[in-house]
Amino acid sequence: MDARRLLSGNFSFADLHPGVLLVIVFLLAYPGFASDFFVFQIGAYTLILGTIALSLMMLGGYGGMVSLAQLTVAGLAGYLVAIVGTNSVGVMGLGWPWWITVPFAILAAAVFSALIGAISVRTEGIYTIMITLAIAVAFFYFVRQNYVVFNGFTGFAGIEPPTLFGVYWRDPVPFYYLSLTVAGGFYAAVLYASRSTFGLSLQAIRDNPRRMRALGYDVTLHRVFAYFLAGLIAGTAGVLMVWFNGRISPGSVGVDIVIDILVIAVVGGMRHPIGPFLGALVFVLLQNFAIDLIDRERFNTVIGLAFLLVVLFSPDGLLGLWQRVRPKLRFARTARYEAGRAEERDRQGAGPLEQT
Amino acid sequence: MRRFTKTTIAAVAALSLAAPALAEDTIKMGALATLEGAFTVLGEDSMRGVELALEEFEYTAGGKKIELITGSSDASPDSAIRAARKLVEQDGVQILVGPLSGSEGLAVKDYAKTQPEVTFVNGSSAAQDTTLRNPSDNFFRFSTEGAQWMAGLGEYVYNEKGYRNIAVLAEDYSFPYTQVFGFLEPFCRLGGKAPVDARFWVPIGNKDYSSVIAALPDDVDAIYVALGGADAVNFLTQYEQAGGDLPLIGGSITVDQTVLGSKGRTRDFIIGTPSAGPISDTWDDPRWSAFVEAYKAKFPDGFPSPSLFAHAYYINTKAALLALNEVDGDLSDGGVKLREALANLEFETPTGMVKLDERRQAVADIFLTEVIEGPDGNLLNKTIKVIPQVDQTFGLSYDDFLQYGQVSRENPSCE
Repeated sequence: MDARRLLSGNFSFADLHPGVLLVIVFLLAYPGFASDFFVFQIGAYTLILGTIALSLMMLGGYGGMVSLAQLTVAGLAGYLVAIVGTNSVGVMGLGWPWWITVPFAILAAAVFSALIGAISVRTEGIYTIMITLAIAVAFFYFVRQNYVVFNGFTGFAGIEPPTLFGVYWRDPVPFYYLSLTVAGGFYAAVLYASRSTFGLSLQAIRDNPRRMRALGYDVTLHRVFAYFLAGLIAGTAGVLMVWFNGRISPGSVGVDIVIDILVIAVVGGMRHPIGPFLGALVFVLLQNFAIDLIDRERFNTVIGLAFLLVVLFSPDGLLGLWQRVRPKLRFARTARYEAGRAEERDRQGAGPLEQT
Repeated sequence: MRRFTKTTIAAVAALSLAAPALAEDTIKMGALATLEGAFTVLGEDSMRGVELALEEFEYTAGGKKIELITGSSDASPDSAIRAARKLVEQDGVQILVGPLSGSEGLAVKDYAKTQPEVTFVNGSSAAQDTTLRNPSDNFFRFSTEGAQWMAGLGEYVYNEKGYRNIAVLAEDYSFPYTQVFGFLEPFCRLGGKAPVDARFWVPIGNKDYSSVIAALPDDVDAIYVALGGADAVNFLTQYEQAGGDLPLIGGSITVDQTVLGSKGRTRDFIIGTPSAGPISDTWDDPRWSAFVEAYKAKFPDGFPSPSLFAHAYYINTKAALLALNEVDGDLSDGGVKLREALANLEFETPTGMVKLDERRQAVADIFLTEVIEGPDGNLLNKTIKVIPQVDQTFGLSYDDFLQYGQVSRENPSCE
C-alpha cells in the first residue's frame, strides 16, 4: 500500500490486502476471546516491546544506524514518569499531574535520544553499536548508584496510570487498547514517514552518505532528527512500559534487556515496520512458555536455539523467511495454473506469461 | 429397553458426577525461583528444597494430588511479577511458593494484593518490608528475614569479642541494608560505634576492592562484611594480599559453604570469623542431620549440604502442604480456610519450631556460628549458640519497632 495515497484522497479500503484487514479485525477483537493473561501479559507486552524495537528498526532499517540505547531512552521516560509524577517509595515523586508528566517524559526522552544521536552519528556500523552500548551501560550503572534522584538499586514502585473517563487504564482490556493505539499509530507513522521526503532522504543517506552530502543534504542533521523521532517512539513505549510494570529499577534498563530489544528487532526483521512486532510476539511467547516445553533448567537453551535457527536460516529474520517462502508458494500455485493452460497458450503461440 | 435406558441414565449421572470430582482431585502449586541470571545456582538449589518437601508428602496433601508448575525470574522485580502473573493467571495455581530475592519479594507482595483468592507463601526472599510495612493478607513467610538472621551477633561481638569500633563493607541494595541494620542495632545500643563514614557500599559484582581497602580506617577493631558469593571471595583474596589483618564479622551469606570451599590462603585468616543465620551446616541435631541426609540422598549432584535457599523453600513449601492437610485440600472457598490454617500453623522444621506473628512473618530459631578448621582440614561453621524464637521486631512492640525507621545506608546512625 502506498502510504501517501492515504493522504492524497485516493485511498479506499478496497486497496487493503485482505490479510491486512484480517489482522486489524483480529487485533481489535482479540480481548473478546482471550483471557486477561493473554490480553495483558502477552498482547499488551508484545505491543510495548514491539514499539521499542520499532524505534530501533526505524533507525537501523531506514537510517543504517543500529542503536542499542533505545531501551535506555524508553527507560529514561519511565524513570521520569516516576520522578516527576507520583510513586510510593518516598524518593522524588514531585506529584505533577499526568498531562504534564507524560508529555514531559516523552519529550525529554526524545531530546536524550537526539543527544545520543549527536554523539554517535559520526560513527558507522559496529562503532555506532559500541558507542550506544556504552551509553546504555553507563545509564544502567548511573541509575544504580545515584540515590538522590534515581533511588539506586531499589528504583521506584507504585507508579500508576491515571484513571480517566472512569476507566482504570491498567485493567487488561483498556491497557491493551491503549497499547494497540500507540503501537498502531507509530506503525502507521513509520510506514508513512518511510515514503516521505525525509524518510527517502534518510534511506538515501543510509545507502550513500557521500553522494547525499555532495548533493547538498545535511547528513548529520537528518540522522540526529531520525534519532529524535525514534526517541519519541521509544519514550512513549517507555511510559507504557512503566505503567505496565508499575515499577522501574536499574534491572529494567540492564544490559540483558538492551540486548533483548536488539534480538527482537533482528529476529523479526529490519526491513519493514511489522518485523519488530513479529519478533516481539515470538520473544514474549517463548519467554512465557518455553519453561513449559522442556525441563526448567534448560528452557533458556530453547529460547536461544529458536533465535539461532531463525537467524541462521534467514538473515533477514522472520520477515525474510516469509518473503523467501512466499514466492515459492506462489510459484507452486502458478505452476499448476500454467500447466493447465500451457496447451492452450502453445496453440495460440502466445509468449510466456508475464511474471507479476 | 427400559433397563437399557435406566443403565444409560445411571451411567450418564455417574459420569457427570465423576467428571468435576476428577478435576478437583489435583491442586496446582506454583514455585518461583531465579532459574536464570546471576542467582541461577541458588535458584536451582531452591527448587531442590521444594521437591524435597513435596517428595516427603509424596505429592499429595489433604487427599489431593499436588501438581507442581515452575516459574523462573532473573532476580529483577519485573521478571518476578511476570512469572508470578503467568503462574497465577495462565496456569491457574492456587498456591504460589516464591520468590528468592529481597526486591522480588516486595514486588510479589504487592502483586498478591491484586489476587486475593490465591495464597502466596514466600520462598527465601528476606527483605524486611515484605511483611513489616503494608503486608498483604494472603502473603505468608515461614522463613526469617535478613535482620532476624543477625540476631545475637551484635551482642556476641560486643560482649565476647570485645569489639567497640567497627567498619562496615556491604553490597549496595536492600538485603545487605537489612543485615547491617540487624547487626548494628543491638551493637550500637550496647555502646558500639560504626560511624557512617566508615561504611563502604559497593555494587553487586564489584571486582576491585583496592580503593575500599585503602580507605578502611586503622582505628577499628573489626570489619563487618556483608558480601555474597564471588564478591566475598574477591574481597577476602584482595584484603589478604594487601596485608590486611583486622578480624572479620560475617553476614549470613558471607562465610557460607560457597566461600569457605574456595581455594587459597584466605582460608587461614577467616578462621574465627563469627556470623549468624537461619541455618548452621554443622548443627549437631537429629532433625537437621535427617534433613541433610535426605537432601544428599535425593540430590547427589547438589551442594555438599543444603543452602539456606533450599532450607527456606523447603520450610515454606512444607508449611503450605501441612495447611492443605489440615483443611483436607478444600480450596472451594477461594482459600479462606487454607489461609486461616496457615496463620495458625506451628510446626517442627529441620531448624526448630516455626510459628507466625500477626503480620504472617516467621518467628524461628537463629544460629550464631564461628568459622573453624574441621578435622579433615576443611573450613566449617561451628554452632556457638542457638538463639531461640527470634521475632521480627526484636522483642519490641510493633509500633516501637517502626520508630527505628526503614533500613537504609544510614540506619542506625550509630554515632
